[in-house]
Amino acid sequence: MDLPDGYVAFVKASCPTCQMMAPALIRLREAGSPLTVYSQDDPAFPDGASPLDDSELRTSYEVGVEVVPTLLRVETGAVTDRLEGWLRTEWEGLTGVPELGAGLPPYRAGCASRTLDPGMPEQLAIRYGGDKLRSRRVEVAELEDEFEAMFERGWADGLPVVPPTGERVLRMLEATRRDPQEVVAVVPPDLVECTVEKAAINAVMAGCRPEYLPVVLAALEAACTSEFNIHGLLATTWSAGPVVIVNGPVAQRIGMNSGGNALGQGNRANATIGRALQLIVRNVGGGRPGGVDRATHGNPGKYTFCFAEDEQGSPWEPLSVERGAPVGTSAVTLFAGSGVQPLVDQQSRTPESLARTFATCLQVVAHPKLALTWDAVLVVSPEHARVFREAGWAKARLREELDGRLTRPGAEMVRGAGGIAEGMPPALAGADVPKFRRGGLLIVHAGGTAGMFSAIIGGWASGAVGSEPVTREVSE
Amino acid sequence: MTRTELLDPTGERQPAARQRVTRPTSLEGLTVGLLDISKPRGDVFLDRLEELLSGRGVEVLRFRKPTFTKPAPADLRHEIQVKCDAVVEALAD
Repeated sequence: MDLPDGYVAFVKASCPTCQMMAPALIRLREAGSPLTVYSQDDPAFPDGASPLDDSELRTSYEVGVEVVPTLLRVETGAVTDRLEGWLRTEWEGLTGVPELGAGLPPYRAGCASRTLDPGMPEQLAIRYGGDKLRSRRVEVAELEDEFEAMFERGWADGLPVVPPTGERVLRMLEATRRDPQEVVAVVPPDLVECTVEKAAINAVMAGCRPEYLPVVLAALEAACTSEFNIHGLLATTWSAGPVVIVNGPVAQRIGMNSGGNALGQGNRANATIGRALQLIVRNVGGGRPGGVDRATHGNPGKYTFCFAEDEQGSPWEPLSVERGAPVGTSAVTLFAGSGVQPLVDQQSRTPESLARTFATCLQVVAHPKLALTWDAVLVVSPEHARVFREAGWAKARLREELDGRLTRPGAEMVRGAGGIAEGMPPALAGADVPKFRRGGLLIVHAGGTAGMFSAIIGGWASGAVGSEPVTREVSE
Repeated sequence: MTRTELLDPTGERQPAARQRVTRPTSLEGLTVGLLDISKPRGDVFLDRLEELLSGRGVEVLRFRKPTFTKPAPADLRHEIQVKCDAVVEALAD
């Protein structure tokens, strides 16, 4: 930006203070001082000051004008003094013209610069500060429907996406202190570096509010670890996809649902955070159904599957704390989940009986005769959790009970047993076989306060063979 | 509706433009666009092509880029896309 030496003033005709003090600008000019006036709205204002048209606000934006009138003193291209609003003594002092404000009031506050009109900062940042965003611009024709255009380009998951305009992406990026060009993760299957900017674009498309972005970034980091193995999860013929479980204060702050219908539709944060992660895998990573995604059935949770744990109503420590995150911090836990199987028990009033129900129902994850290679999440409802709270059962006590109940004689589980060819290898016929590997059963508390139901989220090939649940703190 | 500029959400490994449609095996029943890129004498070539194509019963639509120095505007590309089955672009001087 090259400003002319001398005095440079920024005004707008719609500002009463500018109208009032305009005679001073004329007088400054008449006094022989080099003066350049930029007008933000009416290129003919002020009459007699030969104003330059800055209705496109380029100069105002580059100078960082916040108030009109603003007077700058410029020496060899550099701003050496700046006055905002009208204070007669200051203007006379800076210009050295003693009667500059003769007949004018001693003081009037200025008006906001047009660069600060609602929505304008984002527009100007796009127009003149576009270097902040590096992504390729894709122009949509005037008569082209932008939603159809995004479908045609393959950017959507089957549902419409929000057009990722520069303004929206810049607003999204305001929710994080991270540099837009910082690489968050290397996203499979194409192993493409995903910047904060690319994540923000997809978060916009998913429908996220800016305050969700830190959760999306944490989920993305967790998903793209080798432990979680989102590549394999994408490529598998099994139904599973990433499930995002959110713990800590961020969940309440951004309005996530951990109560009634927590695993269902209707909450924007739940719906769009999970969707943003899947859109990043689709668009940045290049992972698409029929391409690297080879799922036989898939499941509806592959559009989005994200919910918060109900920590306040829980008798137990939060999942994230159990998995090592400090108490009081926000964290996401990624789980390779294949869908929801609800379970009912309206009769049990003792923890022993209810734990037996849980164990019986958990046996069917993947196949009742297969064990150790499939993880699961048990989502305990408030009415079921009450039974354990009243009996004083800690989560560890429930686990201990489940471990025992979920261990069965290998003879019942080997191939051919029960007339079913599927099953565990024959070598295990003499052993006791636990259903889940150590750490393979996650227990969380969520759901509405009415209903003696809990829910099982079945997993995928577990551990080093497939996916390990991964917990990451959310940095806000 | 005002024209929209979107930020590419992809890893940018693919060209932003969409893939070309497959080349038709016959022009029968098709609409052919003739795109003049606004270089001198391109119209001479395209006028003759129009004469030949129209003579064979092919429907012809004429288009013109505002200037040969810049890519065709998105609106023009879209118009050709929705109106034509094939397009011939005259690059001639």
